[in-house]
Amino acid sequence: MDAQTFNARVATPTTRLVGALSIVSMAWVVLGGLFITPKDVNQGDAVRIMYVHVPTAWVAYLAFIVTAVASACWLLSRKHSMGFDRVAGASAEVGVIFMAMTLLSGSLWGRITWGSYWAWDPRLTTTAFLLVTYIGYLAVRGLGGSLEQRARRSAVIALLAVLEIPLVHFSVLMWRSLHQKASVLSGDGDIKMDGSMLTTLLVGVIGFTCTFAWLVMHRQRVLAMQDAMQMTQLDVALRERANESDDRVKGLK
Amino acid sequence: MSTQLSLGRVALAVAAKDLRIEMRSRVVVNQVFPFAGLVMVMFAFALDNDDVLTRVAAGLVWLATLFSLIIIIQRSFAVDTADGALEAQRVAGLEPAGIFVGKALAVMVQLVTLEFMLFVAAVVLYRVQLHADGAVLLVTCVVSATAGLSFVGTLYGGLTAGSRGRETLLPLLMLPVVAPVLIGATRATESAFNSGGAAVSDGWPWVGVLVIFAAVFGLGGILSFGSLIEE
Amino acid sequence: MDHLGFIAAVYSVTFAVIAALVVRTVVQGRDLASKVADKDKPWT
Repeated sequence: MDAQTFNARVATPTTRLVGALSIVSMAWVVLGGLFITPKDVNQGDAVRIMYVHVPTAWVAYLAFIVTAVASACWLLSRKHSMGFDRVAGASAEVGVIFMAMTLLSGSLWGRITWGSYWAWDPRLTTTAFLLVTYIGYLAVRGLGGSLEQRARRSAVIALLAVLEIPLVHFSVLMWRSLHQKASVLSGDGDIKMDGSMLTTLLVGVIGFTCTFAWLVMHRQRVLAMQDAMQMTQLDVALRERANESDDRVKGLK
Repeated sequence: MSTQLSLGRVALAVAAKDLRIEMRSRVVVNQVFPFAGLVMVMFAFALDNDDVLTRVAAGLVWLATLFSLIIIIQRSFAVDTADGALEAQRVAGLEPAGIFVGKALAVMVQLVTLEFMLFVAAVVLYRVQLHADGAVLLVTCVVSATAGLSFVGTLYGGLTAGSRGRETLLPLLMLPVVAPVLIGATRATESAFNSGGAAVSDGWPWVGVLVIFAAVFGLGGILSFGSLIEE
Repeated sequence: MDHLGFIAAVYSVTFAVIAALVVRTVVQGRDLASKVADKDKPWT
């Protein structure tokens, strides 16, 4: 990276503050989760996964809500301000990664506590569906076309997803209640939380939320610049075409 | 003329057009129906156990339906994207909501016919036994599930129609969304078949789920189809 | 610590992925910022 690129800045005071907060919190989570907090009475050391799993799950669901709300804002705003669309897209990109990490950590936690990497309980199944839905949303964003088309299509898809996810969750809930295993499989039901555990968990949730906010703000700015470059390139191409025809006309004269 | 009337008229005209095209070309009948039958046979090859097949027959019928739905939806929009017919309909002033309902109706007719064929195949190939007391449940289940599937398929089909490698997106978008239909229709059908001891009365809550699903996506489609097909 | 392997895997994957995301975002951001005019940057 050359000096000019290295010095070009995307940060603002807000993002610097949020970034600092998230670094501090995540350090706290690592120290607290791995060293300071005690073993759980029932789960032993396995509970340490919770300090990472719960925050990533929280962020994954938060990202989904942010995408949905930003999509609704885009649709409802008179000017169709593109900032909303970019936030929706950035949030979904971060969300899909956190959703995948949630499933991974949950799966490993389940391996320790229940003995299997997966179970068809409603929460897990809905989470897996959310992941696939995110992937579909991102694929729709990649379909091309004008920025307005991208925004409109993805906004509709995001809001349809808001309708679909509760339906999926409810159906799976009804379905699994036929098999009556739900209560056995809640990994966190038997955890006794003491002071340091609760604090670490809370710091984790707040810290990961700050990380999410930082990532979305920066990613949104990157998208803004990418969109601007796309428009500039379009302008340049149009001007070249116009000059071409001008030259030809001059040549004929 | 009220909006209500023109939406119905547009829908019927579009549905009639789609069905007329199918009757003349017979693409779905000649290609998709045999495909569905083939899928039923291949399930038997893969599962290799008569009792298992009879037990899971309901699920297999609806899986075969879903796979065939993807092809039917792609066909439904292929007839419109060749020669830009979909844009022409929009430019001509046809309400997108009407186009949506019309296309969904045509898909429903083809899908119900397919499902009837698949149930016959299940009786023959998987030795499913039909009971008179499960008949009402089965018919209600089929109608409501098919409505939901047709609405969802038409909606996402409209989005993914066209060139530039968009059609491959259809299964990825559609299949997660129709999961409640797969779950609900299979449980209701199992109740109608008395598979594994499921009682007919157990099936009705699932039909409720199917009806809600169809209503949500029927309405959602009417509201959003126009935005999705805009080019 | 019991299950050290699983716990280490979860922590390292999570923080490695977050770190990778951060690095990628910063690199992309600076690369684009040097190419795009200030008027196109909504935060300036």
